[in-house]
Amino acid sequence: MWQALTRLYHKLGSPKWFYQISGRCMPWFLIAGSGLMAVGIVWGLAFAPADYLQGNSFRIIYIHVPAAMLSQSAYIMMAVAGVVGLVWKIKMSFIVGKVIAPIGASVAIIALLTGAIWGKPTWGTYWVWDARLTSMLILLFLYFGVIAIHNAIESEEMANKAAAVLAIVGSINIPIIKYSVEWWNTLHQPATITLTKKPTMAPEMFIPLALTIIGFYCWFAFWVFARTRNEILLREHRTKWVKKLLTSKPANNNGAST
Amino acid sequence: MNAVSIFKRDLLIAFRNRGELLNPLMFFLMVASLFPLAVSPDPKFLGLIAPGVIWVGALLATLLSLDLLFKSDYEDGSLEQMLLVPQPLMLLVLAKVLVHWLVAGLPLALMAPLLGLMLGLPEGGYQPLIISLLLGTPVLSLLGSIGAGLTVGLRKGGMLMPLLILPLYIPVLIFAASAVQSGVDGNSYSGHLAFIGAYLALAVVFAPLAASAALRITTAR
Repeated sequence: MWQALTRLYHKLGSPKWFYQISGRCMPWFLIAGSGLMAVGIVWGLAFAPADYLQGNSFRIIYIHVPAAMLSQSAYIMMAVAGVVGLVWKIKMSFIVGKVIAPIGASVAIIALLTGAIWGKPTWGTYWVWDARLTSMLILLFLYFGVIAIHNAIESEEMANKAAAVLAIVGSINIPIIKYSVEWWNTLHQPATITLTKKPTMAPEMFIPLALTIIGFYCWFAFWVFARTRNEILLREHRTKWVKKLLTSKPANNNGAST
Repeated sequence: MNAVSIFKRDLLIAFRNRGELLNPLMFFLMVASLFPLAVSPDPKFLGLIAPGVIWVGALLATLLSLDLLFKSDYEDGSLEQMLLVPQPLMLLVLAKVLVHWLVAGLPLALMAPLLGLMLGLPEGGYQPLIISLLLGTPVLSLLGSIGAGLTVGLRKGGMLMPLLILPLYIPVLIFAASAVQSGVDGNSYSGHLAFIGAYLALAVVFAPLAASAALRITTAR
């Protein structure tokens, strides 16, 4: 079992193998993610009971919470990919790290936007300097930094390593920023608005939420695989296997057409 | 070439270019004097925003001065020599950061009371202002060395660095400004300062490590 896992790990380090393995499991992530999202969204929007306090406006939670969770874990994944790349000099993990940055940033934007839309009916304003909103915004800034450094450095290898260092530094800082923002909020602002603290949610509300969360992660995996495969093709376009792959029929290329 | 000799050399270079040392300070002064013009000259109101204004000004001034950290050494090639020296690069970076703090951070801390006076900072705010700047500006220099290291070879590094570094400065800003605020309100501010001190301890350990990794990456050709 352990050996099989390490073998898989080493195989994933090679662009060619990564391309083939990801091609095989990518459709499953898409199917699972779409199925979970469809069930979760329909259940959450149509069948889950309305909140006793917020009425129907709470239903945006089924997009908001998964997006917020995903954007945080995507940053950690990016930092882990950076560590793996810097320590074991694995090219593939740099590619994954690079690919995650814009995805994580877009998910963070989704979380912020849905939060603003949710805030309007609940708090009466689109934006408050609430601790959670602020730390989400700062997370978005951290993503912007990583994306900016990728854009600024021309040499691909150097950009990857520099972005990895930045991602690692940022991930060490995330807890510090998060707690400092939380304390700042309690220090500065009297509690005019309290986020309705996640109460022990009713199961009819919670199960669809869990489904959409897992669905978001599956979609994320699909998205990361798809973009990583593009990046692999771009970088390895001079190698034999890519040439062979692109000239051969779409039927026997392990799902490269998806 | 070891850490001590780098420290002496950098300090000497800094004092030979005294004009450059003044620039961040003048910038600090100007930023702070923009606020009364832009917002309101009412002393009561200015006293309210003074802690935040002074700290944001100090932060931006530090950010501007970070360009001095590695740039000239990179341009004349001595940075590459430092990377080749059989000495831990971390210590060399730490020496450079220490010099940067002495010539850029410390003067800010010493000048801040003057700005406090101009902005009508209430009585109790001065002591926490100075202490928080003394504790906080080294953190800014240390974290800034990571950003300076990452952008050292880039032509457009000047615009990129704030993007990379500013989010990391936020905890310092929060605790420093609220320390000054508690001082103004007559409350105890040692807790806030303790947090800045903890962040400083963390940064002293990890920032030179990250900065030297960044330097090795960005100077590799």
